[in-house]
Formats: sequence, C-alpha cells, structure tokens
Amino acid sequence: MEMFSESLLNKKNKRIQSLYRSLFMMMTLLLILPVLVILSTLIYKGGSIISVDFLLTDPINGMTAGGIFPALFGTVWIVTVALIASVPLGVAAAIYLSEYAGDNWFTRAINLAIINLAGVPSIVHALFGVGAFVIFFGFGTSILSASLTLAIMTLPVVIVATKESLEAVPIAFREACWNMGATRWQTIRRVVLPNAVSGILTGVILEVSRTTGETAPIMFTGAAFFLPFLPQSVFDQTMAMSLHLFVVSTQVPNVPDALPYGVALVLIAMVLIMNSISIAFRMHLRGKKKW
Amino acid sequence: MNTATAEKLETPAAELAIRTQKLDLWYGTFQALFQVDLDIKNGIITSLIGPSGCGKSTFLRSVNRINERLGYVRIEGTIDVFDKNIYDADVELVQLRKQIGMVFQRPNPLPASIRDNILYGHRLHYTGKRLSRSDQDDIVEDALRQVLLWDKVKDRLHRKAIDLSLEEQQKLCIARLLPVQPQILLMDEPCSALDPKGTEAVEELIWELRGKYTILIVTHNMAQARRASEECIFMLMGKVVEHTATEDLFVTPKHQETANYIEGRYG
Ligand SMILES: Nc1ncnc2c1ncn2[C@@H]1O[C@H](COP(=O)(O)OP(=O)(O)O)[C@@H](O)[C@H]1O
Ligand SMILES: [Mg+2]
Repeated sequence: MEMFSESLLNKKNKRIQSLYRSLFMMMTLLLILPVLVILSTLIYKGGSIISVDFLLTDPINGMTAGGIFPALFGTVWIVTVALIASVPLGVAAAIYLSEYAGDNWFTRAINLAIINLAGVPSIVHALFGVGAFVIFFGFGTSILSASLTLAIMTLPVVIVATKESLEAVPIAFREACWNMGATRWQTIRRVVLPNAVSGILTGVILEVSRTTGETAPIMFTGAAFFLPFLPQSVFDQTMAMSLHLFVVSTQVPNVPDALPYGVALVLIAMVLIMNSISIAFRMHLRGKKKW
Repeated sequence: MNTATAEKLETPAAELAIRTQKLDLWYGTFQALFQVDLDIKNGIITSLIGPSGCGKSTFLRSVNRINERLGYVRIEGTIDVFDKNIYDADVELVQLRKQIGMVFQRPNPLPASIRDNILYGHRLHYTGKRLSRSDQDDIVEDALRQVLLWDKVKDRLHRKAIDLSLEEQQKLCIARLLPVQPQILLMDEPCSALDPKGTEAVEELIWELRGKYTILIVTHNMAQARRASEECIFMLMGKVVEHTATEDLFVTPKHQETANYIEGRYG
C-alpha cells in the first residue's frame, strides 16, 4: 500500500466533512434569504413609486397619495436630536467606566444596569418617555421628548461600543503615557481617544440606524399621524418615517398598494445606507490601524 | 547643545537614588514583596536578577507608583527617592513620574510618528511659550542621538514608530523619556523581546547612558547583568538575598541561593 494514499477512513471523514460543510452553508443562505426576499419584494412592489417628487412633497388626499417629505424631514430631526443627547452622554459614561472607575461593586452595578437597559422593551421606554419627558419635564409631545426617549433607549449601544473600543486600545500605550507623567485625562485625550474613535463612530452610526426605524418610543412622545406643516422647533410634534409606514399600512383606508411599500423601501434604504457607511468606515480605519 | 528643553534640574547630590526600608507589598491577600531593604546608589547601573515571579517587576513598579493603578495593591514600609518618601502626602505623582522613566519588556511606542513619540513627554510638561520647529527638532535630535538612533532614522522622523524594528522601537522608548530629563530610568527586561543582535545593541546603549542617569535594570540574562551593571541585586521569592558589586556577586556570592541561581543559569 502506498504510504500517502487515501484510506477508507479518510474517505469516510471526507464525506462527513463535506456534508457538514454544505449544511452550514445552507444555514448561511437561509439566513440571508429573508433579507433578499424583503428587499426584492419592496423594490418590486414599491420601487415604481419612488421618485424625487415622492421624497420631496407632502402627502395629499388623506395620505393616500403624494410624497413623504414631512416624515423624512421629521425622522432626520428626531434622529439628530437623539444623537446630540446620547452621544456625549454615552461616550462620557463609557470613558468614566473604562478609564476611571475602579473594579468595585458600584461599577459592576452600573455595568449591570446598562446591560439591563439594553434589554428593556421599546414600548416600556415609550411609556417612560411619556411619563418623564412629556409630562414630568413638560416638554409635551414633541421632537424633544421623542428624541430623549430614543436617546435613553440607545444609550447602552453607544456606551458598550465606546467601552469596547476604549478597551481595545492596548494598556501598554496608557502605561507609556503615565510613566512619562501624563495624567489620566492627558492620556485619554492624546492617546486613547484618537485610537478609539473609529470604534466609537461605528457605534454611533449603528445607533443612528437603529434609531431611524424605531416606532413605539416615538409614537406616544412626539411623532404625529399627520401634520399639515413642518416642525419649527424641537418643541413641535412631527411626522416620522416609521410611524408613517405604520399609519399608511394599517390606519388609512384606500391607500394604493405601492405607497406603503415605497415608504418601507425608503426607510430600509436609509438604514442600509447608514449601516454600509458604518461598515466601510470601520474597514477603512481598521486598515489604517496597526499595532 | 539643546537650549530648548526646560530648566535642567541639577542632579541631586544625594548618594542614594532609591532607598526602601522594610517594604512589604500585597496584591490583594498575596504578598509579593517581603521586608525589602535596598539602597540603590545614585548615578550607577544596578541590575536586578532572580527567577521569574520573584517580584522584580513588582519592585520596579512600586518605585514610580505605577502599581497603584491596581486598586488592590497595598504597601507597608517606605520608599525614598532622593531622600524623599514618595508616599508622603505632598508628593505629586506627575512630578515623581517625570523624574523616573520606565522602559517595558515589550517596546511600547505610541501609535504616532517617531518625532511625536519623542516630543510627547516634553509637550506634557513644558509650560513655556510654544517652541519653534527648530527647537523641537533639536530636542528630537538630541534624544535620538543619545540612544544611538539618530543616524538610522533621521530621514524618516515622520514615519510611524510602529514600523521600526523591535530593537529600534525599544531605543525609541528609551529616547522618548530623555527630553523630560528624568534622574532615574527603570528598565523591566528591556531586551527580552529582542533578538541577540538587538539585545547587544540595546545593552550597548544602556552602557552608554551610564553616568548620565541612575539605571535600575531587571534582567533574566545573567551575562547581561554581569556585563552591563555595576551593582547587582539578587531576589528570590519576594526577598532580597544579596546586593553587592556585580563582580563580587558573580565571582564570590555570599549566599548559597545566589550561587545556585548563577550556576544553574550558566550550566
Ligand atoms: N497584577 C498582579 N496581581 C496579582 N498578582 C501579581 C500581579 N503582578 C504580579 N503578581 C504576582 O506577584 C509575584 C511577583 O511578580 P513579578 O513582580 O511580575 O515577578 P517578576 O517580574 O520577578 O517575574 C508573582 O507571584 C506574580 O504572580
Ligand atoms: Mg517581570
């Protein structure tokens, strides 16, 4: 027998190996199948309605025709304000937790709270938002209330992403700085943050994309079914894409088929574009980074 | 040659750079140092040898108080640096660390250019009016010359420090300590990540720095300790066994443990 020729056992193992291989590949395909189906359905049924006019005009005829501009505009507003509220807060909290806080019961409790905050259902956040921002702080149903509710909901994402990217900066860099007499803040400012910024931004963009699609938290706090005018300040109500989609697909009679699909398509496109930016960004920065 | 650096602190006349008395150190409940009494002379190279885990790094890291980062470290006894107890309330950590530079096992250049690495410490501590570019260039050149690196990197000062060879990185890590004019350099196995050629080059450099700084170097390499230090400390399980002139320690060790260790390594 040849020393290196294939034995029966080899053959059997190879068969099993290829079986599992195809099995796992099928699982993977199964995974992306829904995405493909959703996207193609949306494009097939709603693609025809998409046009510059659709994006830039108001809905008319009891929201059965016209465009989606106020909803688009409102979503951008809400997301922007939510970001302005949550990013500084989240990044600061993450810096404190990973750079300053000692490993004690207090820090562990806070970390636990953050993890739990991430698990709170969005409808509960919505009710909290109503109680806290709409009523207690008296912001009324407004962009501000909606954005703050979203901000609190997405805070854990920002904190966790920031913490992870801070922790990915090797401790050796910090020690190098401390040993030259840098304070913690000087170290953070000059060495840690510049090297963590890619991860932080990725987290932020992910948060944006999540925020864009949320419906429940803004429904009771600031988003309106239909408004004949655009919001003038953060204290106004506004229309929003996610809620608009809900409304035209379930609440309004005689809506042409293509309309809800069109709205959904725009919404999903917004999310996908932002996710792609986030991924491209991460790849770019990761390619540049080297240690 | 370098007018730009901050006022040069006159080297303290103290005879001892570091003196510890009855130093005990615990990591949580684990005691890593026992009653360490050491007098490390000013201006010479002292090497610290001993088997892995005997507390060499721990000792080094107590001298610049970097151990404090770990909340669970506790110390008893005293550590004096230039006759000043570094745990006194009026000791400013930043000033202490400025006087005591540290070099690590693995070279840890900052993720920045060679030039910025050198200037980092200076920028941290310099309070005068903004330096001109040429003054900064002087600082960079001076530091790199001291570590015998200038000729090699003078044409690529703006390149990433991380692209240098390990040996060059380690030299750079030494160089970047110099602009803040430390009195003491602590080196924790500075050659252990380097190949023999790099080791030799860094050793040569350390020898070159003799007289300008008080150097305390931890090493695994007996030959290195012997070649490159004037006094030598042998530690075992958190205790100091022997501390004498290097030549004496290697030729006529007073303690059996020292002899065993030295022979074991030579065999
Ligand atoms: N951060 C730490 N936490 C707990 N124990 C530690 C820590 N660092 C070192 N030790 C322990 O202290 C002892 C001395 O370690 P170290 O000073 O690193 O030894 P050496 O540098 O001589 O190899 C070892 O037993 C080690 O396990
Ligand atoms: Mg060590």
